[in-house]
Amino acid sequence: MVPKPEEVTLDPETKTLDRANAENVLNPPDKNALETALRLKEAHGGTVTLISMGPPLFRKYLELCLGMGADRAILLSDRTFAGADTYPTSLTLAKGIQKLKTCDLVICGEESSDASTAQVPPGLAEWLDMSLVTFADEVAVHGNTVRARRTLGSSYEILEADMPAVVSVVVGSNEPRFPDFDRVEEAAGSDWVQVWAAADLGLKEEDIGLKGSYTIVHELVEGEPVERKREFLEGGMEEKVKALAKALEPFLEA
Amino acid sequence: MNVPGELQADLYKGFWVYMEQEEGRLLPVGLELLGKGRELADEMGEVLTAVILGQDIAALGEEALRYGADEVLLADHPLLTGFNTDAYTKVMADIIEARKPNVLLMGATFNGRDLAGRLAVRLSTGLTAHVTRLEVDKESSLLLSAVPGFGGSILAVIKTEFGRPQMSTVSPGIFKPLEPDDVRRGKVERVDVRLRQSDIRCRVLEREVVPAEDIGSAERIIVAGMGTGGDMKLVDDLAAALHASTGVTRPLVDIGVAPREKQVGSTGVSLRSKLVVVLGASGASHFVAGLRDADTVIALNKDKEAPIFDESDVCVVGDIFEILPRLLEELEGKVMVV
Ligand SMILES: Cc1cc2nc3c(=O)[nH]c(=O)nc-3n(C[C@H](O)[C@H](O)[C@H](O)COP(=O)(O)OP(=O)(O)OC[C@H]3O[C@@H](n4cnc5c(N)ncnc54)[C@H](O)[C@@H]3O)c2cc1C
Ligand SMILES: Nc1ncnc2c1ncn2[C@@H]1O[C@H](COP(=O)(O)O)[C@@H](O)[C@H]1O
Repeated sequence: MVPKPEEVTLDPETKTLDRANAENVLNPPDKNALETALRLKEAHGGTVTLISMGPPLFRKYLELCLGMGADRAILLSDRTFAGADTYPTSLTLAKGIQKLKTCDLVICGEESSDASTAQVPPGLAEWLDMSLVTFADEVAVHGNTVRARRTLGSSYEILEADMPAVVSVVVGSNEPRFPDFDRVEEAAGSDWVQVWAAADLGLKEEDIGLKGSYTIVHELVEGEPVERKREFLEGGMEEKVKALAKALEPFLEA
Repeated sequence: MNVPGELQADLYKGFWVYMEQEEGRLLPVGLELLGKGRELADEMGEVLTAVILGQDIAALGEEALRYGADEVLLADHPLLTGFNTDAYTKVMADIIEARKPNVLLMGATFNGRDLAGRLAVRLSTGLTAHVTRLEVDKESSLLLSAVPGFGGSILAVIKTEFGRPQMSTVSPGIFKPLEPDDVRRGKVERVDVRLRQSDIRCRVLEREVVPAEDIGSAERIIVAGMGTGGDMKLVDDLAAALHASTGVTRPLVDIGVAPREKQVGSTGVSLRSKLVVVLGASGASHFVAGLRDADTVIALNKDKEAPIFDESDVCVVGDIFEILPRLLEELEGKVMVV
């Protein structure tokens, strides 16, 4: 879950982020990750478990994802998780995954649209000692390996990784299905969602959240705003076309 | 696990730049980081070291010296020919553990981000992603890395107090390389590479490197959004009339209308163009991040509330399919001579 980036503002006095008024949405590439998991389940069987670290309000998003067809969900939620950078985030998620006992594939989104670090998937591969494929747009399973097409800007490579593996999936790589609302309703408040706290994961306070983070926000500053003229062309279609042609003219002579 | 605080920071010395190579050529972002690294290393009183992994890369070491490095570490090995996440992570982690640098900068490329994310956890240290500004804190001598958030409206300045090296991945195209100095000399050292086939759990079966058109440096560019309905004909016609390149928003790449190299935005290309004409794009923060360095932005959208207009110099409210054909007529006869 991430706040819609356009709706987060900087409080000019406290220099902190104001996310309170921002609407939350599912992180878009994570929907593609879930769709990837559901298709692999359809092809090979198995179960799809959702795992997310976040506040209790994330539950309703997990219920939506259960409605898309996931089998169960684990919400890692504890006040001491707050303020985590990617180091304790990946550690906490890794502990949760280890507690599941069996896991062949950990499928993530390429990056979160608020932090945009893309560091959690490689971090997970390290903590879990699994193989890693990042930025995949096609994922298939063959025996004990996962085959994926990894995008590299305009280039790509085909990778074969031993399982268990962590795979991150790029946004737009498939068409995520719509949730089945009967199933969402069934999931609501049910024990399909379990909540685990730090103690359930055997994590100590100094290893998680803000305390377990190596990066520190020194300060928040307003970005240099790009000054644009925001000049609206007036009038009807004909006038707009003429004015637009005129606006383009200096560039024609360049 | 290395709990923050246990570390003896003063054991860590040196300012390192990881130089990514592809098919035996250094990527521009590494040279850009050497340029900025030169200035910062001098300020911190550190030696500037370039680290290059690959096969048969001696010439690249010389190149790094010309672009400002004091010394170069080369890891030359057949299993390092192209990027492999397992091999590169192991070799970099070994070199860092043995030599203990204070700072490590890497390019925020696909491979750079993959590698950096693993190294930070393996080495228990802090990593800042997609940095666009770097400076040294006068008081603490720590590296300060600024990261734009939320479409660039906010900059978070991040530091790593406990944990070494202090790591950042830096966006390509932000810093300028130095002019190469052909008489500059320095030490080029080959490091021992301990690598076995069994260290590699993820194998590259096929690699296709497509030489990409660099739309970032186009003087004039027409960028199509979903409002064009994927109809590139009108877009191409306007581009032809203006002698402009073309680019697209991400969803048009995802549905296969244009190749990835034409995508503008935070996960695509940043434009440095004199003129950008945006046709039917809503102005999502991921997209407008790619317009920040453009001189003039003209946007056409049928929704007068579209956020793209906040990021534009000339705003045209209207339907692309009505305005463009008329505009093309209007421009006819005014076509520039090149
Ligand atoms: C991790 C991540 C990374 C991303 N990176 C990028 C990136 O690098 N680049 C990028 O572009 N996006 C990126 N995105 C996607 C981004 O968030 C937006 O979804 C995308 O930019 C929207 O594209 P669009 O404006 O073309 O489409 P839409 O948002 O659908 O906008 C279409 C616009 O066209 C207008 N329109 C429709 N018909 C007409 C008409 N006939 N005439 C005139 N106007 C019309 C509409 O009013 C609307 O404003 C990323 C998303 C994520 C989650
Ligand atoms: N708190 C979290 N809970 C669950 N998954 C996460 C969390 N943070 C990051 N991820 C996963 O890691 C991916 C990359 O995120 P990031 O490294 O933050 O850019 C996301 O797309 C998610 O799949």
